[in-house]
Amino acid sequence: MVLELRIETTVNGGRRVVEDVWEGESLLHVLRERFGLYGSKNACEQGECGSCSVYLDGALVCACLVLGGQANGRSVVTVEGLDGDRVQQSFVEAGAVQCGFCTPGLVVATHDLLHRVPHPTEEQIREALAGNVCRCTGYAKIIDAVNLAARR
Amino acid sequence: MQFFQPATWVEALETKAAHPEAVPIAGGTDVMVELNLDHNRPPAFIDLTRIGELTEWGMEDGLLRVGAGVTYTRLVDELGDRLPALAIASRTVGSPQIRNRGTVGGNLGTASPAGDALPPLLACDAQVELASTSGARRVPVREFFTGPKRNAMKKDELIAAYWVASAPGPQQFAKVGTRNAMVIAVCSFALALDPTRRIAGTGIGSAGPTPLRATEADEFIAGELDWANHTRPSEATLARFGELVAAAAKPIDDVRGTADYRRHALAVMARRCLSWCWN
Repeated sequence: MVLELRIETTVNGGRRVVEDVWEGESLLHVLRERFGLYGSKNACEQGECGSCSVYLDGALVCACLVLGGQANGRSVVTVEGLDGDRVQQSFVEAGAVQCGFCTPGLVVATHDLLHRVPHPTEEQIREALAGNVCRCTGYAKIIDAVNLAARR
Repeated sequence: MQFFQPATWVEALETKAAHPEAVPIAGGTDVMVELNLDHNRPPAFIDLTRIGELTEWGMEDGLLRVGAGVTYTRLVDELGDRLPALAIASRTVGSPQIRNRGTVGGNLGTASPAGDALPPLLACDAQVELASTSGARRVPVREFFTGPKRNAMKKDELIAAYWVASAPGPQQFAKVGTRNAMVIAVCSFALALDPTRRIAGTGIGSAGPTPLRATEADEFIAGELDWANHTRPSEATLARFGELVAAAAKPIDDVRGTADYRRHALAVMARRCLSWCWN
């Protein structure tokens, strides 16, 4: 069976269809360039930085490591789908944002952590966010933001 | 480029037989890096994520049969008590994002000497189940790695599962890297003890062209351990065990570390794993 380069997926609760996708295209590329969802950032393209973190069928993944066709029939939630969430607000209030490039990935990863562990210890926070690289903050404010979100 | 998405295992095997150059993809944590960075552009992919049986595990014929598509996250959550060394190693893989996608099947397929799951599989004497349209066969992990990123698979085969005994005794894993997360091992070590049969198994990672077993160290410690009374091995025994593990490695100098450092670190990790297992 050869897919006819067509991906049908649920993104942030809505059905999205795209045709004529190159078979080697990552989910990240599909999200950004086909669906115009620029919240998931394209940086390392090798799963090292976490800036493209999204949910795929409820699991936190790097969108750059998912082949577009693998998302066919699956459900994707991007950072846009978490708009207005307590995590986003906590990052703003704690000053956990400098250049902001890593923030969407950290918001999604933090959302996943708090879903699994509502009141994480600092060690649990550091382990959960180990795959999200920030080159500005030094992480202290990010950990503050996670703790703030956990208290809400 | 073609993208195949078989719905069943039989269909996957037929696709691989018809397209032997097609690259299987599950979690994509190795394959997508090669593709995104344009290191490799295969003519076709076979997506294995629709095949439910690859994500199952259970007991069969007295052994655990773990589907090639079980993720590292699930190994940590579901098999920590039965496969402790593999679960400890799984927790050191990448990040939550990588562990949610990456699979031991992929680790075996990539056959990197640095694959974190591979030393525990060696130490536990696991077997790899390979399948094609002609049938299935089991290859001992000890014979599976044939060179750097090379393994005993034929062009028309896919990895179905691995078979391993539920831990009959203590197991440990240790890994050296620059961080606690997101690192490829500078070197790693796994140890599995079987007090019933009075045998020991070792696995060395990232210190040779393939993952290696330290056979002399296995035999030495099986003869030295106080299996009956569980008394702690002497400092001399621990040191000799470390020396034998280091001697079994075939490391090189590379960007992650020198051969000398790797031998030194392996001796330290071997001593530590043994003292954690048999205290």
